[in-house]
Amino acid sequence: MSILEVKNATFAYENSENIFEDVNLTVDRGDVICILGSNGCGKTTLMKCMNRLHELSEGNVYIKGENIKNMDQRTIAKNIGYIPQGHVSTFAFTVFDVVLMGRTPHLDYLDSPGNEDRLITEEALKKFGIYHLKNKPYTSLSGGEQQLVFFARVIAQQPQILLLDEPTSHLDFGNQLKTLNIISKLSQEGISIVMTSHYPDHAFITANKVALMKDQGFLGIDTPENIITTENMEMVYGIQVKIIEIGPNRKICVPIETID
Amino acid sequence: MSTESNSIQRFFSNSEGKKWILNLALIALPIILFFISFMIGRYPLSPLEVITTILAKFIPSIHVSATYSTIVWDIRLPRIMAAILVGAALAVAGAAFQGTFKNPLVSPDILGVSSGAGFGAAIAILIIGIPIITQISAFSWGLIAVAITYFIARSIRNSEILVMVLSGMAVASFFTALISLCKYTADPYSKLPQIVYWLMGSLASVTNAQVVMVSVPIVVGISILLILRWRLNVLAMGDEESKSLGVETNKLRFIIILCCTLITAAAVSISGIIGWVGLIIPHISRMLVGPDHKRLLPATICLGATFLLFIDNISRTVLPIEVPIGILTAIIGAPFFLYLLRKGYNQWT
Repeated sequence: MSILEVKNATFAYENSENIFEDVNLTVDRGDVICILGSNGCGKTTLMKCMNRLHELSEGNVYIKGENIKNMDQRTIAKNIGYIPQGHVSTFAFTVFDVVLMGRTPHLDYLDSPGNEDRLITEEALKKFGIYHLKNKPYTSLSGGEQQLVFFARVIAQQPQILLLDEPTSHLDFGNQLKTLNIISKLSQEGISIVMTSHYPDHAFITANKVALMKDQGFLGIDTPENIITTENMEMVYGIQVKIIEIGPNRKICVPIETID
Repeated sequence: MSTESNSIQRFFSNSEGKKWILNLALIALPIILFFISFMIGRYPLSPLEVITTILAKFIPSIHVSATYSTIVWDIRLPRIMAAILVGAALAVAGAAFQGTFKNPLVSPDILGVSSGAGFGAAIAILIIGIPIITQISAFSWGLIAVAITYFIARSIRNSEILVMVLSGMAVASFFTALISLCKYTADPYSKLPQIVYWLMGSLASVTNAQVVMVSVPIVVGISILLILRWRLNVLAMGDEESKSLGVETNKLRFIIILCCTLITAAAVSISGIIGWVGLIIPHISRMLVGPDHKRLLPATICLGATFLLFIDNISRTVLPIEVPIGILTAIIGAPFFLYLLRKGYNQWT
C-alpha cells in the first residue's frame, strides 16, 4: 500500500478559478518526489493540501489508506512533517526550543515536553551537527544553519512523510547540495519525501520521481530522466535547455535561451 | 551582539544555577514589595506594627489599635492586592497576545477590551452611578467589544491575524467615540469628572469585595494560559507551522483570546484604563528570561505585579496629591521603555 495518496484533487480559493484540477499522486516508502513547474502553477498549494493546511475543494488525500478528512491535525502531524519556504521569525527562541517544538504532535493537549522529548530533540540536533548551537537564538544563525534547525525539528517530529517546500531556496551553492544530500539520506532511512523545486538539476541529484506541473495538472510523473527532457522543459518554462550527461547516472539541465 | 541587554541575557542563561537565582529573584521581588507596601503611606507603619496588626487578625490575644487594623486590612490590603492582580493580569495578557499575534508591538487592549470597558464604565456612571454597577458594566462591555471584534474578523476571513488586529482597531475607535459621546453629554460638575477620573485609572477606591470579585476571572484565566504556555511557543512560529506541528490554531487562539480578555476586562473593571504595563513588562521579561513562554509567562506575572505595585506606591506616597496610576505608568514606563529600546531592541524580541 502506498504511504501517501492524492486522488482526484481539485483546489480553488474562495470565488476564484481552480488552481489545479483532478490531480493524482502516489507516494511510496522511501520515494523522493520532486514537483517541478513554473512560478505560481500551484506546487506549494498542492503540497499544503497534503497535510491539510489547505482544504481540497474536491478529491481526497490518504495517509496509509486513511482519509485525512477523518484525522485531526495532530494525527496528520504525527505522519507528515513540513518545512515551509521562507520562515518569518518574530521571537528569538533558542535552537533547542525550536527543535523541541517538533515534539508537539506527540504531546497531549495540556502537556509540555518531558525528558524523553528532550532526549529525542538532542539526538535530532546531533544528527544534523548543530548540537553546539542549541542555546543560541535561531534568529542569529545563517540561512544554512537555520535550514538544519528546521530539518532537526521535522526529524524530532518522527514522521514517515516529509513535505519540503523549495528546501534549497535562500541557500548558497554549497548548502544547496548539502541539503539535497540530507534529503537522499533521509529517504534511505525509509522516509518518503515530496519536495517542490525550481531546479531540474536538483531533481536529477536527489529525486527518483518527478511530477511536472502545468495547466492545473501534471504533465507526467516518472523518473527524472523521462520527465526532464528538452521538449518538456520548453513547454513548462518557455525556454530552450540542454540536458547533458556529466558522469555515470548524473545529468544536468542548462538553460540556453528564451523562446519568444 | 555586544549590547548590554544581550550580555544580561547571556549572563542569566549561561548556567542552570544562574537561572535559579533569577527565578528566585523574580518570585521574591513582588513578595518583598508586598510587605514593604503595608508600611508606607500617609500614615507610615513600622515593620513590627504591620506584623502585629496582621497577626492580631488570627491570634485574638494580640491587641492593636483599631486605626492600625483599618489601615492595614481595609485601606492598604485591597489596594496592594488590586495592584498585584491588575499588574500581573495586564502583563501576562500582553505577553500571551504578543505570542498569539506574532507581534511584539501588541498590547492587551489590541482587540478593543479597554475601550469597550471604558464605554461600559462611562455609560454606567452617566445613567446609574453606583460603583458596583460601573464595575460590572465595564467588565461586560470589555467582553462585548472583543466578541464583536472576534466575530467580525472571523466572518471576513478565517481569523487571520492581520484582519483580527485591524478589526480590533476599528472596534476600539468606535467605542472610544462612544466614550467621547458619554463625556459630551455628561453633567460637567458631577458626572464628567467621575468618568474622566475612571478613564485615567486608579486603585484609590478599591475595596476588598471588589478584589475578591475580580480575582476569580483573573486567576482562572492566568491558570489556563499557564497550562497552555508550551503551545503558545508553537503558535508564535506562525499559523502554518503550528498547524503542521499538529496544533489546531483557530481553537487555541480562541481560547487564548478568551482568557486574555477575561483577565484584562476584570482588571480594567476595578482599575480603570492603565496603559503600558501590558506592553513593556513582556518586553522586559523577554530580555531577562528569553522568549520561551514556559519561563516568560511566570516572569511577566512577577514583574507585572511588582511594577504596578511599585507605581501605585509612588502614586499614594511621593506626591502631595494622589496622581492617577494610569498617568504614572506612562510617565515612568515610557521613558524606561525608550531607555531599554536604545539598549538593543533586536536582542530580545
